[in-house]
Amino acid sequence: MELLTPGSGLIFWQAVVFLGLFLLLSKLAWKPILSSLKERETSIQAALDSAEKAKEEMATLKAGNEKLLKESREERDKILREAREAANRIHEEAQVAAKKNADRLIDEAKAVINSEKQAAMKDVRELVAKFSLEVAEKVIKKNLAADKAQQDLAQGFVKEIKLN
Amino acid sequence: MKILPRNALNTIKKGIFLLSLATFLLAFSGAFGQEEHSASTTEHSAPSGEEPSISEVIIEHVMDNHVWHFFNGGTWYLPVIVHTPERGLEIFSSRNFYNEHHALVEYNGYKLEHNTIYLEGKPVRDFSITKNVAMLFLNAALILWVMLAVSRAYRANPGKAPSGLQSFIEPVILFVKDEVVKPNIGPRYERYLPYLLTLFFFILFGNLLGLLPGAANLTGNIAVTVTLAVFTFLITNFSGNSSYWKHIFWTPGVPLPLRVIILPVEIIGVFTKPFSLMIRLFAAITAGHIVMLSLISLTFIFHSYMVGIGSSIFVLFISLIELLVAGIQAYVFTLFTSLYIGLAVEEHHGEEAH
Repeated sequence: MELLTPGSGLIFWQAVVFLGLFLLLSKLAWKPILSSLKERETSIQAALDSAEKAKEEMATLKAGNEKLLKESREERDKILREAREAANRIHEEAQVAAKKNADRLIDEAKAVINSEKQAAMKDVRELVAKFSLEVAEKVIKKNLAADKAQQDLAQGFVKEIKLN
Repeated sequence: MKILPRNALNTIKKGIFLLSLATFLLAFSGAFGQEEHSASTTEHSAPSGEEPSISEVIIEHVMDNHVWHFFNGGTWYLPVIVHTPERGLEIFSSRNFYNEHHALVEYNGYKLEHNTIYLEGKPVRDFSITKNVAMLFLNAALILWVMLAVSRAYRANPGKAPSGLQSFIEPVILFVKDEVVKPNIGPRYERYLPYLLTLFFFILFGNLLGLLPGAANLTGNIAVTVTLAVFTFLITNFSGNSSYWKHIFWTPGVPLPLRVIILPVEIIGVFTKPFSLMIRLFAAITAGHIVMLSLISLTFIFHSYMVGIGSSIFVLFISLIELLVAGIQAYVFTLFTSLYIGLAVEEHHGEEAH
């Protein structure tokens, strides 16, 4: 039972010492400790917040960059496509022009050839006619000597005419 | 009957768990203590009457004393301070109560009997620096020394990461602040934080110092726990707001006939809360000491080395449990104090809905 009866002396000392400890600690220990803990907490929170903000800014920056990159890529594609189209067009036009030129040249050549041919034919005909006349002259000169042969010839001509 | 915030409920649950753990330990240790107690008395009273019985030795160890007996021959005679209406204040050494054979003698008319000083048969007002008072000074000095060192460290490198002793104490302070006080008291917790931190470290250091060999059982003394409980009682009731008192005297939503029962229950509740704090700490720490002393005493009861080895191993494990209990009891006392303060300062929203 002695164990369960609080001694008044110890109660007195406990109250005095505990109150003293409380006052001293509150003033000298808890106040500075808690305030610096709070300060550190807020500074850490601020640092975290600013880091978060920086991250967000980075993200927007990155998104902007990507947009720019995408736009420039599109621009490049467009330019390339147009260039390719222009090249094709020029190529085709060149082909068409070349073909036309070639056709014209061929036509001209053909015309020249034709006219040359005509001229040549005319020359050949004249030559043939001249030769024929010469041959005929010679033949006539010889054959006029014999009547029989003259008649045969005349009759041969007649037959030929008839057949024609 | 009462709407508690969710976190308060959680803390109550946690508290109940810890409490049941503590009660289990207590019951366990209590049983042990009693068993050894009875064993020692029967064992010892039979063979010889000259030596004091083991149970007396144990009880003497956990009790307060006017001398501090560290080991055989190592006794510190503490100052006695007494006050009587007849003689006024008198201060003298407790050595005067002992003769050369270490037997109690009368000094100057004062007589020491069962730790109480009598003058002419009447007990005097005793403000002596007893073993527990010396331990109390030691405890307070140690806490002051540690906390001032820690607070210096905060001033020395503000805003930096903690180092040394500071990094050992800081998590404990943060635990008390963020896990115990803040969730239970609510937004106005900062007012009560200095008291609760002092309370926590006082009990924790007291419990741990009490485990040292030769140390006094400070936090297991009912005078100490009753003082702490009274402080908690005063703080709780002085910070009680109108809804706290309304809840006690005119509990909302209770039919009139029931008020006859509820009112006394609520009023008793105001006193049982600090009373439970007082008993819990006292019983847990004292029981632990009794268990350890009983186990050690087994060696002397059986006069056997084997029992000595066995009980030493047991004492080792009990010591580990006691280390745990030292922390748990400091936590529980602080937790329940903040819970009671929290209930007293809580704003009861939606009370009209009842």
